[in-house]
Amino acid sequence: MNRLKSWGAPLLSLLILLGMIGVWHALTLPKTAAQTVDSEYAALVGAAAATGQKSAFPSPADFGRKIGEHLSDPFYDRGPNDKGIGIQLGYSIGRVLAGYLLAALVAVPLGFLIGMSPTVYRALDPFIQVLKPISPLAWMPLALFTLKDSAVSAIFVIFICSVWPMLINTAFGVASVRREWLNVARTLEVGSFRTAFRVILPAAAPTIMTGMRISISIAWLVIVAAEMLVGGTGIGYFVWNEWNNLSITNIMTAILAIGVVGMLLDLMMAKLTRLVTFPE
Amino acid sequence: MNMSEPLIRIEGISKKFTGRDGTETTVFENLHFSVDPGEFVCLIGHSGCGKTTILNVLSGLDQTSSGYVFVGGREVSGPSLDRAVIFQSHALMPWLTVMGNIAFAVSSRWPEWSKDKVRAHCQQYIDLVNLTGSEKKRPAELSGGMKQRVGIARALSIQPKMLLMDEPFSALDALTRGVLQEEVLRICAETRQTVFMITHDVDEAILLADKIVLMTNGPHAKIAEIVVNTMPRSRTRHDLHKHPHYYRIRNHLIDFLVDRSKAFAGDSASHDPRHPPLVTPGLDPAEAAVSPAGKPLVAVK
Repeated sequence: MNRLKSWGAPLLSLLILLGMIGVWHALTLPKTAAQTVDSEYAALVGAAAATGQKSAFPSPADFGRKIGEHLSDPFYDRGPNDKGIGIQLGYSIGRVLAGYLLAALVAVPLGFLIGMSPTVYRALDPFIQVLKPISPLAWMPLALFTLKDSAVSAIFVIFICSVWPMLINTAFGVASVRREWLNVARTLEVGSFRTAFRVILPAAAPTIMTGMRISISIAWLVIVAAEMLVGGTGIGYFVWNEWNNLSITNIMTAILAIGVVGMLLDLMMAKLTRLVTFPE
Repeated sequence: MNMSEPLIRIEGISKKFTGRDGTETTVFENLHFSVDPGEFVCLIGHSGCGKTTILNVLSGLDQTSSGYVFVGGREVSGPSLDRAVIFQSHALMPWLTVMGNIAFAVSSRWPEWSKDKVRAHCQQYIDLVNLTGSEKKRPAELSGGMKQRVGIARALSIQPKMLLMDEPFSALDALTRGVLQEEVLRICAETRQTVFMITHDVDEAILLADKIVLMTNGPHAKIAEIVVNTMPRSRTRHDLHKHPHYYRIRNHLIDFLVDRSKAFAGDSASHDPRHPPLVTPGLDPAEAAVSPAGKPLVAVK
């Protein structure tokens, strides 16, 4: 019974995956009936696909072959429009981390201040409420105009989208540190600096980390769109470039890679959150 | 410090709160009492008479509306390492171990000490409260009684001039409470610690206290009288009730809590709030005439 419990879920996952691949395979099987089609369309998608003998949508086997190709040489660089998927992912991760770390440097200390002082909280609250719901991509033109550099603008967009969850969670975590812990520090005549680092920071750490986990997920969502706009390098640009090449298999490989990297980033943050979480 | 001088002197303190509708409530007013060095004083009163506020004022966490509090001859202006607080909710930091919680207090008291010295000092107090072996445990892994032991060790470890306890055992089950009361009795005998404690529990007060301060009901709570515990200090939980003074004191206290705390009128000519009467019901044979069976023998909440 216990064996079934531990093996049941992964087995079911595998069955679902095989089922989906099976349906996909069946839907992309080549049809026998030949059709005459527009010659330009045939030139675009290939003769076999255009005449309906082969689906224009790649089959699971095509997809698998493409993934194998990408994995066998992920870091090649043959000019600005032909770089390995590993390099492209590397550019995106680099931008996300740069924008994200900058956001953390601003949001955590500022959130601390907002959480400690109700006056600062009330003073900054209207700004936060107005700025928070703005789509990060709406900042893009303004960033391009003022920063005059597309790479820096992408980092700025990541910064602006990661800053809010961290800021709000830090402020909330700091403001809701239990009174009794602060009273312990007061009766021990602990200075405000030591109280901040030894009492408030560890007490608020799980809430702060939750905000940081939300932020990294949002940053990873936004980088793809941002890179589609700014172009040049990165996984978002890769997807857009392959759309222009009409290479559906490459697009699908990139989509899968985006998902896997996003999951890894989230797992990493989950692990860090667990490190600072304490049982009550 | 002159030993005949009281360690704590409270002169005419009162506390007023202003409600949302602007009405002013006086929780307690014109309280006078003192605690001598080495003395164990309990404060008993019903909920709402401002007991916790008085303790917070003594610790420096709260301010009075009027009156003065002197500790060792100096007016209290804020929290101090001289007065350690044992909180009702133990207030341990859940991200620190037992050792870490106590070390936080010790290194706040003596910031110049080396890590080893802090550790050795903490160990001494962990041993004192019988928690040897649990140094590396976190509060979540401890029972309620063990958590409060850590709270006691943390308070004692900074070697304060006095301990302030806010109903430290009220969240514990009866068995654990009894064990911890005896430990506090033992530790106080060993360290000659001055203690001010708030409690609901009449038996706890009789077991631990040298003097029991009785407060009337709030609002406008006052000190009605101060009961002197005339039983020998060597009393234990097991032989307490065999002493002839026990039921006299107990009946007196319960009488007060059930009837007189409500009816007490502090403005009678004989009552001087500056010098609340010191009474010794344990020496008064008339108290024994009241049958214990005729009185509620439960602790009044």
